[in-house]
Amino acid sequence: MASPVSTLEQQRSSPAVPMRGSKRRRRPRLTGWAYAAPTALFVLIFFVVPVVLVARMSVSDWGLFTGDRGWNAPENYQDVMDDRLLWPAVWFTIKYTVVTTVILLGLALALALLVQESSRWTGILRSSFLVPSALGLASASLLFYALYSPQSSPLGFLGIDSFLGTPSSALWSTVALIVWRFAGFYMLLLLVGLQSISGDVYEAARLDGASRLQTFRHITLPLLKPSLALCAILCVTGSLLAFDQFYILTKGGPDNSTITIVQLVYNMAFYGQNNLGRAAALSILILAALLVVNLLQFRGLRGRED
Amino acid sequence: MRTPQHVVGGGLAVLFLSPLVWAAVASVSPQAGTAQTSGWGLGNYQTLANYQAGIGQYLLNSTVVSVLTVLFTLGVSLLGGYAFAMFRFPGRNLLFLVTLAILMVPYATLLIPLYVLLNDLGLQNSLVGLALVLTMFQLPFAVFMMRISFEAVPKELGESALVDGCGSFRALLHIMLPAVRPGLITVGLFAFLAAWNDFITPLVLISDSDRVPLPLAVANMRQQVMGIVDYGATEAGVVTLALPCILLFLALQRHYVRGFMSGALKG
Repeated sequence: MASPVSTLEQQRSSPAVPMRGSKRRRRPRLTGWAYAAPTALFVLIFFVVPVVLVARMSVSDWGLFTGDRGWNAPENYQDVMDDRLLWPAVWFTIKYTVVTTVILLGLALALALLVQESSRWTGILRSSFLVPSALGLASASLLFYALYSPQSSPLGFLGIDSFLGTPSSALWSTVALIVWRFAGFYMLLLLVGLQSISGDVYEAARLDGASRLQTFRHITLPLLKPSLALCAILCVTGSLLAFDQFYILTKGGPDNSTITIVQLVYNMAFYGQNNLGRAAALSILILAALLVVNLLQFRGLRGRED
Repeated sequence: MRTPQHVVGGGLAVLFLSPLVWAAVASVSPQAGTAQTSGWGLGNYQTLANYQAGIGQYLLNSTVVSVLTVLFTLGVSLLGGYAFAMFRFPGRNLLFLVTLAILMVPYATLLIPLYVLLNDLGLQNSLVGLALVLTMFQLPFAVFMMRISFEAVPKELGESALVDGCGSFRALLHIMLPAVRPGLITVGLFAFLAAWNDFITPLVLISDSDRVPLPLAVANMRQQVMGIVDYGATEAGVVTLALPCILLFLALQRHYVRGFMSGALKG
């Protein structure tokens, strides 16, 4: 990456600025560091140190209450692999991610196309779709928790006896919450993409006699691919790390059917097992898996842009 | 726009808004199966207010954490963005990349070591410690946003301030600050919403039940009495949590939208 020459250095070479010795000349570097120091300190203490620490913990016998009791590699990793909930959690997380991403992006695209034109009316619609994304995920989950309750639910007319009581209803109920909370957010990202498509392209298509569907398939969709890919990356990453919604709505139930990977980390560390070393090992595995997923997605994104 | 689109759009808008309307209505309506069985009113809010340490305490916890997070984030990212945009110093690109790399590391991966680290630093169960951690998670977006904001300031403005012999800090304070105000508002808004709504960080880092912020308190409250859930009080909690966010969203919608757009780059 080529660094732009700073304004201060440009001044150094301009005669308008008086130079007062070599001490003065070194100042810009030190000044830059002085301003960057708080950022550097934060990043070092609360990010770099924890990353090193989690790697170290993952090969240690480290209990929640006992602390570090020495090196034990590769026991934690083996225990993680042998955990009877690991593969169900991995499978459930992937299933949840695929379902959520497909539905959410489909709906977000439909919403974006619906409110594409700018008018007072579409402005009101955009705001309505966006308001849920102002809520915290935990607040939205608590709202839906009450919405789904047999005692207070106004959704009785749907004829569903249990929104969270069976494995599949728990999954779909959670997906509905997430779609409600995030559809407006992804709609907004897609709107940015739609607006960057030049009007001339549509004009040309119309002159060629293309139908609305043809225009959508052959112009809008291909040109929107970068935006769609970005949404997909955000949605996949977010869903793979899902926690709040399941912790609040289902606590992993019924019958451990909705335990996600992050919930498993939490359980290993603070609930039941109290084993920070094992949780750290699983964290490292998640980090590695996510890096691979991101790498693949970025490669896919770049491939499609070429 | 044609009529079918009006109908579909209107219907969808109602669908999106109805859970919020229902929560507001449910929070003031009588609840079956709870102590309060008759009459509309603020009974649910009273239940919420009387929960354990009292809603005042949890609101205060949330406010302290959110305000501290906003102040830390604004302070650090203002200086950091200024440094990255205006100065060249050794390690500049590396530091910027490492700051952005925070986005690549999943939350859960960091919370386990942060729990240990905060214990070692004597910051366990501390709202300040919580705010420091939340600030770190805000930094990639905040520093990136402030760097763009400073880079968008016309070069002549920054230069003339420095040439006139005023120090870089005075230039920042008097000349640059007004120019980057929109960026600061966006960064502050996002830091506030993130801190106000965060759930998993205090769940892991705060064990003292009186020190938890409001989202965690409302979630804990659900099952207080022998597993019987007080849905009315839960909805009262949801409304209390959501109201500031929705008001901020409506007031600062422009900044909110712009923030999402630059936030989109962070993927």
